[in-house]
Amino acid sequence: MIGIWDILDVALFAAMIRMATPLVLAATGGVITERSGVINIGLEGMMMLGALFGVLTSYWTGCPWLGVIAAMVVGGLAAAIHALVVIRFNANHIVSGLGINFIALGLAPFLSEVIWGSRGHSDIVTGLPRWEIPLIKEIPVIGEILGPHSPTVFMILAIVIIANIVLFKTKWGLRITAVGEFAKAAATAGIPVQRTRYICVIISGILAGLAGVHMSLGHLSMFTWGMIGGRGFIALAVMISGNWRPYRVLAIGMVFGFADALQIRLQGLGVPVHFMQMIPFLVTIAVLAGVMGRSRPPADIGKNYEP
Amino acid sequence: MRQITKDFPGVRANDAVDFKVAQGEIHGLLGENGAGKSVLMGILYGLYQPTSGEIFIHGRAVAIRSPAEAIALKIGMVHQHFMLISNMTVAENIVLGFEPDGYFWNRKEIAQRVAQFAAEAKLPINPEETVGQLSVGAQQRVEILKVLYRQAQILILDEPTAVLTPQETEALFRAMRALRDQGKTIIFIAHKLKEVLSICDRITVLCRGKLVGTEDAGATDESKLAEMMVGTKVVPATRIGEATIGDRVLEVKDLTADGERGERALEGLSFELRAGEILGIAGVEGNGQTELVEVLTGLRRPTGGKVFLSEADLSGITPRTALDYGIRHIPEDKRKRGIIPGFSVKENLILGDHCRPPFKGRFSWLMERVIRRFADKRIEEFQIQTPSRDTPIDSLSGGNQQRLIVGRVYGHQKRPTLLIAAQPTCGLDVQATRYVRQKLIELSDQGAAVLLVSADLDEVMAISDRILVIHNGRLHEASKRPSRQELGLLMIGGREDE
Repeated sequence: MIGIWDILDVALFAAMIRMATPLVLAATGGVITERSGVINIGLEGMMMLGALFGVLTSYWTGCPWLGVIAAMVVGGLAAAIHALVVIRFNANHIVSGLGINFIALGLAPFLSEVIWGSRGHSDIVTGLPRWEIPLIKEIPVIGEILGPHSPTVFMILAIVIIANIVLFKTKWGLRITAVGEFAKAAATAGIPVQRTRYICVIISGILAGLAGVHMSLGHLSMFTWGMIGGRGFIALAVMISGNWRPYRVLAIGMVFGFADALQIRLQGLGVPVHFMQMIPFLVTIAVLAGVMGRSRPPADIGKNYEP
Repeated sequence: MRQITKDFPGVRANDAVDFKVAQGEIHGLLGENGAGKSVLMGILYGLYQPTSGEIFIHGRAVAIRSPAEAIALKIGMVHQHFMLISNMTVAENIVLGFEPDGYFWNRKEIAQRVAQFAAEAKLPINPEETVGQLSVGAQQRVEILKVLYRQAQILILDEPTAVLTPQETEALFRAMRALRDQGKTIIFIAHKLKEVLSICDRITVLCRGKLVGTEDAGATDESKLAEMMVGTKVVPATRIGEATIGDRVLEVKDLTADGERGERALEGLSFELRAGEILGIAGVEGNGQTELVEVLTGLRRPTGGKVFLSEADLSGITPRTALDYGIRHIPEDKRKRGIIPGFSVKENLILGDHCRPPFKGRFSWLMERVIRRFADKRIEEFQIQTPSRDTPIDSLSGGNQQRLIVGRVYGHQKRPTLLIAAQPTCGLDVQATRYVRQKLIELSDQGAAVLLVSADLDEVMAISDRILVIHNGRLHEASKRPSRQELGLLMIGGREDE
């Protein structure tokens, strides 16, 4: 018989943080792009490309840090394509985002097959190191939960804080919000709407790429085809229930991370896998159905602006 | 601005227009809807690029490629539809895009700075308030402050009075005069002649994209300007002869209803309306007229009281039943309730009647041929300017959309028993306004009871047989031939004898 404390142990909470990391990273990217008025449902695809190219770079160079940079660059490039299609050519944001997802979905097994001879997974490559925080690691329980982790885990705190400061304490944040709320008003106030949006969309891609490489190099040290597994979409749910605010995104990301960690843990205990895999999505539906209270999206979201 | 020409696909919006404004004057720019006023000013503000022509400021040729460049040249524009972000504060809106130096955003310091600036400009405002919660007049003040904060010397005001109450308009005019006395130049785009004459020093008139002429305000009058605007003499719409008042059509008894936020909007209204009568309801917007119209057309449930239409109890009906009883509606918000923007002219013309024969045939088929014939007939009768009956209604001008709505309320075979016209000429130019009013009179002559709800006092006074004033959800009867003075007092809740 398995007791509840066999499940709710320290390792589970460590896993919660690990699983929350990609969600928080991608969702923070989502917050930035959506606050500027551009929907990015291509986060899933950008994460997948980030995961793949991170592994690929580490495979070629042996340096996982170059892999991280490559993942961010590729995520940013994919986002730049989305931005170009949406901002320059006025395409529908959802359709363009879906396109990015399908490109990633096709490109990943193709490159994997060509390079490693298997469309399902890559070879094992050098992953990111595991870090521990000195002093804190000595504290019982907390020390075990907070480390050792991949460096990407520690980045989320800094990224969330920076995102919050930029969005709410600087004039750029004010301008981004203005562009997303009422693009025409921002334009008549002399703000370059399109440039602002390009920058925000590309930043969201960079963060999604980082989220992806956390899944591959920071976690498994390899790329497998289903490894993103809808987390890009869950990140969107985190963003919405986080009311487009970085700190709330961090908190809600942890809730989802917990659901994800629990799901993996219960798999290991012989509960039917497919049933357990539904847990994060059930949480998503519950959260979106209003458990977290109502949230209000930026007013001009998804609307193209033609000067 | 010299020889400005601007072509849009299929239309020449400005045709070799010469437009000169002197420093320190209030210059009226007058013209019908679609005469090219807004486009001309859009070019000056960098929103559009002219197809040809040049702009000179203080004698120096300039190219203005974006609003940012216009701002740099000290040109500011207050748009007809406010360019304000409603969930940001007043201070944030004012400094947006023109923030003080430094990386970080100090809310308090900026609020202080804005408060001081507003006080100096003699347009005081609370900088911490959220813009969405301000009245329309206050929002406009924010817009003007925003422009002044960018150190504009030339201010373009695009139909600023269209959304204001008479009191707010007076306040705006005082502010405009004060600005002129500080040496600022103001271009005032308008189509209400009275206002232009009362505030402007000089007036330029455009007609169909061409310059008609520039006049000194002291040396011209309303009829002359109207003639310049339209190209022909305009006779205002009035009823010829006496109205023939018939039986009671509508009776409203102690009607109460709640507003959008659950507040009490109607505080027990009672009135009646007879066949062939035009009853004008005047009042400052937001005093319950919207709710009254919604209750009568079945869009809002009353909380108490009764509505009778020729003895039938219609309290709390649905819009569909309202239509069945011959209640027709010219809605206040055209885009939201008057038309379906994505639908064609033809489809919009049969909305509400689409579910009735002859448009609906057996098995609920739409009778395409009948509909087409009907649409073509209406387009001709009501002079709706449209390339075809299948054109999407979005591409029609506001005036033509309103003609379509009026054409629709005429009904297919049966004339309406009760017509509820809410702000029917809001935003329309002289000719379209005259047309719509004429049609309202025509309908009442044919025996319809017309309830005219309008914030435009001149309109209410021009065509109503009887006038009620609504204030805070209550109705007050005006005298038989009320003066503007009397109505104005009633509108703000006072009485002549007080």
